[in-house]
Amino acid sequence: MLTESLLLSAFLFTIGVAGVLLRRNAIIIFMCIEIMLNAVNLAFIALSRYVGIEGQIFVFFVMVVAAAEAAVGLAIIIAIFRHYESVDIQNFNLLRW
Amino acid sequence: MLTAIVGGLAHNLSYFYHSHLVLTTLVFFPLLGVAFCLALRPEQARWVALGTSLAEFGLSLPLFWTFRVGDPGFQNVTKAAWIRDWGIAYAVGVDGISLLLILLTTFLTPLAILSTWEYVTRRTRAYYAMMLLLLTGMVGVFVALDMFLFYVFWEIMLVPMYFIIGVWGHERRIYAAMKFILYTALGSLLMLVAIVGMFWLTMQRSGAPSFAYLDWLRVTVPSGLQLWLFLAFALAFAIKVPLVPFHTWLPDAHVEAPTAGSVILAGVLLKMGVYGFLRFAIPFFPNVALDARVAMAFLVLALLGILYAAWVAAVQPDAKKLIAYTSVAHLGFIMVGLFAMTSQSVQGGILQSVNHGISTGALFILAGFLYERRHTREIAAFGGLAAVVPLLSASLVIVALSSIGLPSLNGFVGEFLILLGAFRTHPWVTVLATLGVVFAAYYLLPMVRRIVWNPLDKEENRTLRDLSRRELAIMLPLVAMIVLLGVYPRPFLDRIGPSADAFVTVIRADAWAIEKGQPRVAVSPPARAARPRAQPAQPRVRPEEPPRGSQPGERPAR
Amino acid sequence: MVALPEPAAAGAGWEPFLPGWIVLLPLLGFLVNGAAALLAPGRKAIPTWVGPGVIGLSFLIVLANLVSILGAGAAEPVVRSYWTWIAAGDFEVAAALQIDRLSIVMALVVTGVSFLIHVYSVGYMGADPGYARYFAYLNLFVFFMLVLVLAANFPVLFVGWEGVGLCSYLLIGFWFQEPAKAAAGLKAFIVNRIGDFGFLVGLFMLFAYTGSLNFQQVFAAAPQAFTYGSAAITITTLFLFLGCVGKSAQIPLYVWLPDAMHGPTPVSALIHAATMVTAGVYLVARASVLFALAPFTSGLVAGVGALTALFAASIALQQFDIKRVIAYSTISQLGYMFAGVGVGAYAAGIFHLFTHAFFKALLFLAAGAVIHGLHHAWARVGKHPTEDEVQDLRNMGGLRDALPWTSWTAWAGALALAGIFPFAGFFSKDEIIWSVGARGLTILWAVLLLTAALTAFYVARWAAMTFSGETRVPGDVRRHVHEAPTVMMVPLILLAAGSLVAGWLNVAPGLPFLPGVSRFHDFLAPVFEQAEAIWLAHAGEFEHVAPVGGDEGLWAIVTLALAGGVLYAVFLRVSARRLLPAARAPEPSGFARLLYRKWYVDELYDRFIVRPVLRASDVFWRVVDQGLIDGVFVNGSGAASRAAGWALSRLQTGDVSTYVVAVLVGVLILLAAALGG
Repeated sequence: MLTESLLLSAFLFTIGVAGVLLRRNAIIIFMCIEIMLNAVNLAFIALSRYVGIEGQIFVFFVMVVAAAEAAVGLAIIIAIFRHYESVDIQNFNLLRW
Repeated sequence: MLTAIVGGLAHNLSYFYHSHLVLTTLVFFPLLGVAFCLALRPEQARWVALGTSLAEFGLSLPLFWTFRVGDPGFQNVTKAAWIRDWGIAYAVGVDGISLLLILLTTFLTPLAILSTWEYVTRRTRAYYAMMLLLLTGMVGVFVALDMFLFYVFWEIMLVPMYFIIGVWGHERRIYAAMKFILYTALGSLLMLVAIVGMFWLTMQRSGAPSFAYLDWLRVTVPSGLQLWLFLAFALAFAIKVPLVPFHTWLPDAHVEAPTAGSVILAGVLLKMGVYGFLRFAIPFFPNVALDARVAMAFLVLALLGILYAAWVAAVQPDAKKLIAYTSVAHLGFIMVGLFAMTSQSVQGGILQSVNHGISTGALFILAGFLYERRHTREIAAFGGLAAVVPLLSASLVIVALSSIGLPSLNGFVGEFLILLGAFRTHPWVTVLATLGVVFAAYYLLPMVRRIVWNPLDKEENRTLRDLSRRELAIMLPLVAMIVLLGVYPRPFLDRIGPSADAFVTVIRADAWAIEKGQPRVAVSPPARAARPRAQPAQPRVRPEEPPRGSQPGERPAR
Repeated sequence: MVALPEPAAAGAGWEPFLPGWIVLLPLLGFLVNGAAALLAPGRKAIPTWVGPGVIGLSFLIVLANLVSILGAGAAEPVVRSYWTWIAAGDFEVAAALQIDRLSIVMALVVTGVSFLIHVYSVGYMGADPGYARYFAYLNLFVFFMLVLVLAANFPVLFVGWEGVGLCSYLLIGFWFQEPAKAAAGLKAFIVNRIGDFGFLVGLFMLFAYTGSLNFQQVFAAAPQAFTYGSAAITITTLFLFLGCVGKSAQIPLYVWLPDAMHGPTPVSALIHAATMVTAGVYLVARASVLFALAPFTSGLVAGVGALTALFAASIALQQFDIKRVIAYSTISQLGYMFAGVGVGAYAAGIFHLFTHAFFKALLFLAAGAVIHGLHHAWARVGKHPTEDEVQDLRNMGGLRDALPWTSWTAWAGALALAGIFPFAGFFSKDEIIWSVGARGLTILWAVLLLTAALTAFYVARWAAMTFSGETRVPGDVRRHVHEAPTVMMVPLILLAAGSLVAGWLNVAPGLPFLPGVSRFHDFLAPVFEQAEAIWLAHAGEFEHVAPVGGDEGLWAIVTLALAGGVLYAVFLRVSARRLLPAARAPEPSGFARLLYRKWYVDELYDRFIVRPVLRASDVFWRVVDQGLIDGVFVNGSGAASRAAGWALSRLQTGDVSTYVVAVLVGVLILLAAALGG
């Protein structure tokens, strides 16, 4: 049971990484990050069955962080969209130097 | 009824001045002023600052008399746990080494605040808040007996000074402020590394974490490490002093800072370097400091400071820069006194710290007066002022004479003691240092001549006004102290003496003990040092004591 | 021979009379006059009465003490300690005064001459706007000078030592608006500081060896602490002597004194002739025990003294400033005093100091009266004279008729300086020359004899050019030259009387036709007892013959004849010669030019000391401080870190995907490391 869960988790995480690396649309990258976070959540829950309750507790932390991140991240993306009328990340390199 | 009130008050006051409360109040009272400064209207800020600093001085002054003369150890001590797990405590105390420096700080701050009374017009609330914050930091550095606490105050003090130079300074203020903060931060960080190192060593040796100064004194540092730790401490303090060649931040900072900044910088901040050597760098590693090569290296640097800075000072066209270089020379004398390690030279060094604070502070204030009148610091812009502004000129002459060490004024007593003592251990260094006496006249008197004497040939100078009442109120206390310390320095030496003597004997005994692999003698007073070594180590800091009715200086007022 | 009764125990219970007030009164005067100068410069009555008044009172107290010492026959010094001044570890000195025979003699000279000069100044400086300030400085000077001579330990003596230097600095630059005068004050202070450096090091050595700086302890401990002629005592005394060289203007540090003539003339009389410059001689006499223990240093003292005497006298031959001639003569006479104390004739040295105070102050005050008279005459015709017009000898001449009193008193001083019997200089100078000869120091003896002749030469030239011959003062001015007011003439007359009689206090027994009188020597004998015992033990008794044969009396007559002859010849020649006014006079040529240019010593110092020091200062500042330390190290490291930051910032592309790839690669590397390790 554990193996399958971890495999699924790894599979989801890889999808997330690939999405972040390959896609250019900020929203999609953002969703991929969420997928990665949830992959980690899945691994935590799976392991908590064998290791202890802490894993499940941690999932709550991750979810809270994810929610906060979503709020802030989406706000930034919207602000950028208003400015450039685009959410293609190749357009924003303002943080250079 | 009235007598009962007075008696009760006297009793409480006496308790106040014989416990740590006075020190704690001195440290934190200015913060109250900071709050008021920020809360009130801008034009009220300077009054708050002046009132706070005057009250602080008034609070600190009785300490001079309640201080137990003859006791070389720490007085008014306390120790309260702060961060227990790391052995960090709020520990304060005062001894003969720090007493006069504290009083110097509280004495100079109101004068400094008065000196920029009309000069600072921008962001006044912030300015005066910074001055008061600085006061907290400075007093804190001098009273802290916990290394963590010390470091906190040490760093706190840098911040307001950085802003005072950077925001209210002259034209090149940003450059000067950056230079100041980078130089000092470099030293501070090295010291931080050394402090962490010492902490782990203490923990290793005694098994319990402790940042207590007096615990650290008992740690014998492994011989491979001690030189490096000493150098880390020493570099931090050497930059502060400053010893040549770490001095180039000083002329810039002094020149660009507003008058009050220069006064505090020269008067107090430089003394922290001296204090650091006296309190930490040398006592922690006595055998390194007494090592012939190390001592000679520092003596040579100090000597370089005396002679080199004197020469450089002589050709400065800028009055404040010239005065800044004289500081380097004077501090060189003090360092000679410290590393010569005799009773006279160390006492002279401490006294000279006070003297230099007063004389150089006064010189900067006078340079500030001139600047406010003519908006230039160029020496060449003046000349013949004695004919126009006799009071200002007389002040400048007296202060300059005190600075070049004219006997019967304060500078002489310190310099004489330093050189007299130093001659016993390092005659050649002393002879060369005495040459500095000649150079002192060579760099300061030409400046006096070009400002005060000479023809009154600049039209702008004919209409200068003499000292105002405010300016007189600044100069009179300074001149009074210059004369008092020159003619009757005994009460001051009485207070410095026991601690300085104990410092010398303990350092020598300690260095010997470390060389021989014996437990360190540690901890200042000889009375305690002489105690049989078998006795288990006790916390050296006394717990809070009840008021001691039998203390001298405290008369039962009933 | 009139010797004082000297009962050993009689002086034991002697109490000095108000010793503290001797120094306190001038200090009070300073405070009052100083306050007047700052707050009410217009009220001249205050300084007029307070200035001379406090000095007069001081003088009376000193006189009372002298009388009571004579009465009680007190030989032992009495120390009055007022408060502990500096105490640290095993070092302690008190603010203490020592009243003994030497200090009371010095105090008498200081207060007596000062009083007369203060009175004279009331007239001389009366019209000056800085009148109150002048008296404040002058009172302060007397205070410090009295501290110097009455001190009971070296540090207190040093207070006076530096203090008089300070006052000298302030008074030389009194007319500070003229750059040359301010510069002269500065030069005096800095050159003196070079001497003070030696003094200080000497003190440190004394403390290191004897463990004290109180006179009595040091002198009592010295014979045990130092072996006779050892390196330690030699070096110690050499350093102390460096201090004396600076203060008393001997070779090589004499250069400040001629420049010091820029001060008001009474100041030159008081500070640069009668009192301050003799401090070095006083110090050698006071520390006679130490110098007696160091024969090498003593020899050097005598050598430097004799050389300076000759050298300064040679320069005086070709000077034209009425004050500078006397200034060089002061240097020369101080050389005599050092020659005396250098051969162990301490009382003779102090005796010459004593008589010199009278006639040299007199000469300066007379010069002041001449300057004053000329100045007023120029002012009367509505011109502001230059310094040369009232001070250059070539612009004077024939003033005898206009200034009869000044002329006569000046001649009294001149004869005393030249050592003409029966004036004071004859007795004191003869004794020094004889003492040097008696030690068998042939060369020094001959040098001093030659100098005596030169002295007669320049002083005759000086007096004749001023008072005799044809006048070179412009006609309209000439009519207005008048004698100075009474307040200035009375001090001149009193000093002239002093120059005539002071020498008779001590008439060497070797002089023919005269009764031997040794009041002065006997009075000071207890002070120098210890030192003389050391001399006696190691160098033997004074030989009563000159090195080339002949006794004291014979050589006294030879010296007198030589000086008298030269004096008369020069007087006749200069009086008869027609001289050109300064403006039209050519610069002297040949050897005279070398003397006129003062052997080019100032130029040499400027070239080899002053300018190199300034240039080095500049190099240190611009090259080392700003270039090397600031430029290379401080700003260099700043620039280096900025460059590194710029290079690294290129990695930051701002492109999010690049960052993500970097993160991923990093994670993979870490993972590999964690799993692999």
